[in-house]
Amino acid sequence: MKQRSLFDVISPIMTGPSSSHTAGAVRLGLLVRNIYGETPTKVTFRLYNSFAQTGKGHGTDKGLLAGLLGFNVDSDEIKNIYDNEEAKRIKYNYEFEQNLDMHPNSVDFILDGKIPMIVSGNSVGAGNVEIVKIDDFATKISGEYNTLVLFYKDKPGMISKVSTLIQKENINIASLDCDRNARGKTASMCICLDGNVSDILLDEIKKIDDVYFVRNVKKLEA
Amino acid sequence: MEYSINTFEKLLRACKEENKKIYEIMQEKEAYDFEITVKEVREKVLKNVNAMKEAIVSGLTSSEKSFSGLCGDDTLKLKKRYAQIPALFGDLYEKITTYALATMEENLRMNKIVACPTAGSCGIVPAVIISLSEKYNLTEEEEINALITAGTIGYVISSKVAMAGAVAGCQAECGVASAMSAASAVQILGGNENQIINAAVLAIKNILGLTCDPVAGLVEIPCVKRNVFLAIHAITAAELSMAGVESKIPFDEVIDAMVQTGQLMSPLLKETSQGGLATTKCGILINRHLKDKYFREG
Repeated sequence: MKQRSLFDVISPIMTGPSSSHTAGAVRLGLLVRNIYGETPTKVTFRLYNSFAQTGKGHGTDKGLLAGLLGFNVDSDEIKNIYDNEEAKRIKYNYEFEQNLDMHPNSVDFILDGKIPMIVSGNSVGAGNVEIVKIDDFATKISGEYNTLVLFYKDKPGMISKVSTLIQKENINIASLDCDRNARGKTASMCICLDGNVSDILLDEIKKIDDVYFVRNVKKLEA
Repeated sequence: MEYSINTFEKLLRACKEENKKIYEIMQEKEAYDFEITVKEVREKVLKNVNAMKEAIVSGLTSSEKSFSGLCGDDTLKLKKRYAQIPALFGDLYEKITTYALATMEENLRMNKIVACPTAGSCGIVPAVIISLSEKYNLTEEEEINALITAGTIGYVISSKVAMAGAVAGCQAECGVASAMSAASAVQILGGNENQIINAAVLAIKNILGLTCDPVAGLVEIPCVKRNVFLAIHAITAAELSMAGVESKIPFDEVIDAMVQTGQLMSPLLKETSQGGLATTKCGILINRHLKDKYFREG
């Protein structure tokens, strides 16, 4: 469980008006930026439910874009993000949908650039967020920890290979979640870490046979 | 400090045993839990104090409306009124009401504020602390002490209930902010630890059952004006507590009552905009009008 802090109560210093619909949107954008690894050339934001219905009035649309471009919750750029030079360089649009099976404040980032990718996330309240899906894989990324995200061929020994490498740098694993689409096909791992892996270690993990995709998703500033 | 501070009883016991003020206990706990120094904790708090002041300063001179066009020009109306006719309750009252309004209007026009505890209740704590600071010429250190004291109240309450309208209604947002402010006011006025917590609890007792029914789902109606009311509400609680008026119900039991009230509250009145003001004839019309506006303007 997350350690409670005085600064859960006072702060963040943020662009208004809503911690869930504005700050949460920015933080989702920031996490997606970390997952994608660079600025995409094109993005469709598909907003659902409360995000779709009240998002405009809360600047959710602006927050998502600002976060994806790397701006934090207290940035002066959020309000006028459509006039930002970085924003003008990419193509973006918004879709609004209703799906009551989904979280009230949820969004899909449909990204294009180096690779096509769809990332889904929820804003779960008080500025806290979670990335719940990357393409077809369930994920657990909240931005509270540095999180390693891996896609790899589903076969015996993969978790052990990765954790052995992490152990080499004496980093504690806070939690580990796996998912797969079918036995023997592709699987995913989300590893929350108490520390941060070095670039050298990250390269070693990338070199493991049948690992297709590795990202070190840095934790978000409180 | 290894023990947890999840009830007011534990907080008071810690203050007594160590002969320390509430803010001292809290800053030491925060430093211990996050492996930083007390100085670093206080520097972080100061950043928030300064951001609160900046929001007030810019909010006092703006009349820019929110994206919805519903709110944003009330601070100037209040200032104009006070310039012509001083407030019945004097300077401090003028400051508190305008600062609360100015901060909330900065929030709705997408400018920078400090969520305290939430964005929708961001006007209350700054209005009380900064107004009293100006009245009593507080030092930076005293401002920090006041804000930590306020934060401690929210910290204890949030161990029992999440500070979100969706969870427990506005009790848990503006209500908690008012309790936090009452505590900070008593800290500033020189009350003891018991009086500080008592003030917070008196404030909570008077807002039990406060719902969250925002029109069109926006942090505007009734949130903006409610911040003004609950900032003044905090001062009433502080005055009563300084006079020795005590809550007959023990502190932690009041919080339990608040949690239970939040659980019993209909989901229609917990930030879903499906009841209360949101579904008045006018509330529905505003909602429909805004949907059209978004559609037109893309």
